[in-house]
Amino acid sequence: MEASAHDILLVGGGGAGLRAAIAAAEVNPKLSIAVISKVYPMRSHTVSAEGGAAGVAKPDDSLDEHAYDTISGGDWLSDQDAVEAFVREAPLELLQLERWGCPWNREPDGHIAVRAFGGMKKKRTWFAADKTGFHMLHTLFQTSLKFDPITRYDEWFVTRLLVDEGRVQGVVAIQLMSGKIQAIMAKAVILCTGGCGRVFPFTTNAAIKNGDGMALALRAGAPLKDMDFVQYHPTGLPFTGILITEAARAEGGYMLNKDGYRYLQDYNLGKPEPTPVLRSMELGPRDRLSQAFVKEFQKGRTIETPHGHVVHLDLRHLGEKLINARLPFVRELCLKYQNIDPVKELVPVRPVVHYMMGGVSTDINGATPLAGLFAAGEVACVSINGANRLGSNSLPECLVFGARAGKAAAEFSSLQKPANGAVLAQALDEETRLGSRFLNKTGGKERIATIRTEMQTTLEDSAGIYRDGAALIDGSAKLNELQERYKDINLDDRSRTFNTELESALELGYMLDVAESIVQSALHRKESRGAHQRTDYPARDDERYLAHSLIYRDAEGTSRVEYLPVRITRWPPGERVYGQQSSEQGHAKTP
Amino acid sequence: MPTRNLESTKAAPNYTPFHPRWYRPHVSVYWWLGEWHYLKFILRELSSVFVGVVVIEALMLIQALRDGPEAYAHFLQGMQNPLVLVLNIISFFFVVFHTITWFNLAPSAMPVRLRGKRVPDVLVAAPSYVAWIVVSAFVSWLILQ
Amino acid sequence: MADKITLEIARYSPERDDKPHYESYEVPVYKEWVVLDALNHIKDTVDGSLTYRWSCRMGICGSCGMMVNGEPKLTCATFLSSYARDGKKIRLEPLRYFPVVRDLVTELNDFLSKLKKVKPWLIRKDEPPLSQGEFLQTPGQVDRYKQFSMCINCTLCYAACPVVGLEPIFVGPAALALAQRYNLDSRDQGAQERTAMLAHPDGIWGCTFVGECTRVCPKHVDPAGAIQQYKLAAVVSWLKSFVLPRGQDK
Repeated sequence: MEASAHDILLVGGGGAGLRAAIAAAEVNPKLSIAVISKVYPMRSHTVSAEGGAAGVAKPDDSLDEHAYDTISGGDWLSDQDAVEAFVREAPLELLQLERWGCPWNREPDGHIAVRAFGGMKKKRTWFAADKTGFHMLHTLFQTSLKFDPITRYDEWFVTRLLVDEGRVQGVVAIQLMSGKIQAIMAKAVILCTGGCGRVFPFTTNAAIKNGDGMALALRAGAPLKDMDFVQYHPTGLPFTGILITEAARAEGGYMLNKDGYRYLQDYNLGKPEPTPVLRSMELGPRDRLSQAFVKEFQKGRTIETPHGHVVHLDLRHLGEKLINARLPFVRELCLKYQNIDPVKELVPVRPVVHYMMGGVSTDINGATPLAGLFAAGEVACVSINGANRLGSNSLPECLVFGARAGKAAAEFSSLQKPANGAVLAQALDEETRLGSRFLNKTGGKERIATIRTEMQTTLEDSAGIYRDGAALIDGSAKLNELQERYKDINLDDRSRTFNTELESALELGYMLDVAESIVQSALHRKESRGAHQRTDYPARDDERYLAHSLIYRDAEGTSRVEYLPVRITRWPPGERVYGQQSSEQGHAKTP
Repeated sequence: MPTRNLESTKAAPNYTPFHPRWYRPHVSVYWWLGEWHYLKFILRELSSVFVGVVVIEALMLIQALRDGPEAYAHFLQGMQNPLVLVLNIISFFFVVFHTITWFNLAPSAMPVRLRGKRVPDVLVAAPSYVAWIVVSAFVSWLILQ
Repeated sequence: MADKITLEIARYSPERDDKPHYESYEVPVYKEWVVLDALNHIKDTVDGSLTYRWSCRMGICGSCGMMVNGEPKLTCATFLSSYARDGKKIRLEPLRYFPVVRDLVTELNDFLSKLKKVKPWLIRKDEPPLSQGEFLQTPGQVDRYKQFSMCINCTLCYAACPVVGLEPIFVGPAALALAQRYNLDSRDQGAQERTAMLAHPDGIWGCTFVGECTRVCPKHVDPAGAIQQYKLAAVVSWLKSFVLPRGQDK
């Protein structure tokens, strides 16, 4: 078996992965840094982020306010020391990106422009038209090209982490183009594989978001944190799940039910004003807006379409000129994929799964409890997003924690001996497993797509916006059944050259593991907080659950859930309020 | 040992295990005939030949004028030859085609910016057309006097 | 019940074939379905060995480019209904002028090395510390290069450009447009460094302004315009090198 070796290995080449690679290369240009990604880096899902990246930039704003907005938005489940570090480093990271060429929108005098965003009380969201993630990713990718220490393994699919002597020593991966299976050894491995939205049926996430890194970590013995918290974005196109950015609401869009009524005023989100008010009505936090949709649906006030129930997003009053200047991509998306012109028509939207607050448990420097394993970006949970993430916090999260993990991994790897050859035996086992379970297996009766669809339906039914114990238990049982049926999968494609069916089968395996961890974590948390809402436990319970859930899986596949107290520094838990009350609340709480 | 799947044991010419050789489609010499856009491009390039023809004729005209009334008459006679007439008609259409495509493409190469925004290509090309029409009208008036 | 449409898809596996052949599949036509949805339907329910790239399903990742009835297109942005309406079949082939790895998947490493060749990053002679804040750049200055920064690297332009087909060593539209994006960025100081490398027969002078790249670009980047502008700038800079032999800024 072929093997190569590096000092640091990044699994995933998106915003967090590329930032970490660059950070490590800048710390020590003599390091050998490898970025392995199952797609070319510019295809990573970071590319589709639209709205913006938050960082305190203007004199009327302060780090404490950004921290408070993040912590209260997270329903006090965020680790406050991590949030303090995050808000401090975010503007520096965004500035560094500007220095690398990112085309941020500007004010007439040439300074960076910022805009309002849901959940933020001050304007602090940096943006590049409405394609912020695209510009950030391409800037990072193009900048990474100038660093010689960085080697890329493009279109290599990681199937397993290699662990020996209690530390991670590399990965096993398939080169998609040739089908070659190889061990790639490293002194430190950083997971940057993104979230797991494809576990649900309606999601903004691309096909590649299958929770790869989360499953890899879980299988290697590292815990996942806060998997109960799944963020729905309140405005996604039905059928495709394509995201209609929050910015459409920040620029002044209204959300209407079937009577043309701005229904959010019924849900403690303030009073309807003609222009947007920060943290109120349509600019309230995403989880509250998604929950309002479910309630409207239960009251029979949503609109029925061939692709399920929707509400309407009304942008018509903004005018063509503003829409073309500030929301050109929104208009393009609606026209190209749903044949609707937001200048003239109402846009049908529904809540879609968008982001995973939970992930591989890490500390403030991206290190997991498993030595040699780090994680950053959506795949990780530090946690700064707590029970609910604020819009425009996840792009700077990739940068801040990507940089931190890169530097921490660089330091860690300088203290390690090279990976020992004993793990090659594990790599050979993995190759045998792939052959016997998939490529050479005969007689299987299940199709990948069938199991995948059933898994997605199960998750939406049992672990959707509103959950209850009975549905979660049913969901867990169904997932067990699907795990059994997964063993009986039959592949049509037995070739070695670019076998995407094998890739899908392996991704399905990852998704089933991640789905299980979501359902189990949700079952154990008997309270409602942020994005996790239980109809059987509707109140927030700070006494018992002001803590992160940690889920471990042992070698037999049994899960166990533990709790880790949240780290509070300066902001004791308060009420999450929006609308009129929030401005008073904010002043009262900030020391 | 790497396990082999049953299909790869057949030795196809492009495949060596783990070092597949890709299929490289051959680009035909007649690549430009398959598509209208490509054909239009080749015709545009070809038009420069006819522009050359017109230029040469113009030079011949000037030479004839210089050499006196006999040479000029001889030139005019040559121009009335049916083959030359056909050539000139074809050249005329190609020169017009050449001019129109040139005017339309020039703004891409030289974007004009006014007050921080780009002036639409149509507006940048328009003056060229106007100038062309004006000059042609003037020259026609001169000749037909 | 929905209408149906036939897809004729190029299939090729180097382990079995020495050249591609076509296989036909019938798929239902729904108003919202794009060609990519049809491909997923076939892969999920009919033939799992059908191989193609895709990811975002919204025209921003650039993975899903293919030849659809001889035209390079993003399959996530091409509606089935527009072909069904005319009663046509849909013929799918991998992007032209690239080596074919498998079915509809092309080899992209050569393209990536061309991207790297043009030095597509901000080149500075000086690096002021971050504490000095951002480089100032007015909206007008951003506007100068914004269009060329929109490239999603989908390589449809390479599939449209006959020069790429005839001279594989030609750097190509997307890479050249990206170079121009940095040249026009007011914060960049590397135009000379790039021109030295690109003003040669495999670079901008390989382009004959066919203009197909601009026509097929799904993001309206106008790479042909970028290249012609670059040509003009390169000539001007070359002339200047005679008039001002001691060199000029940028």
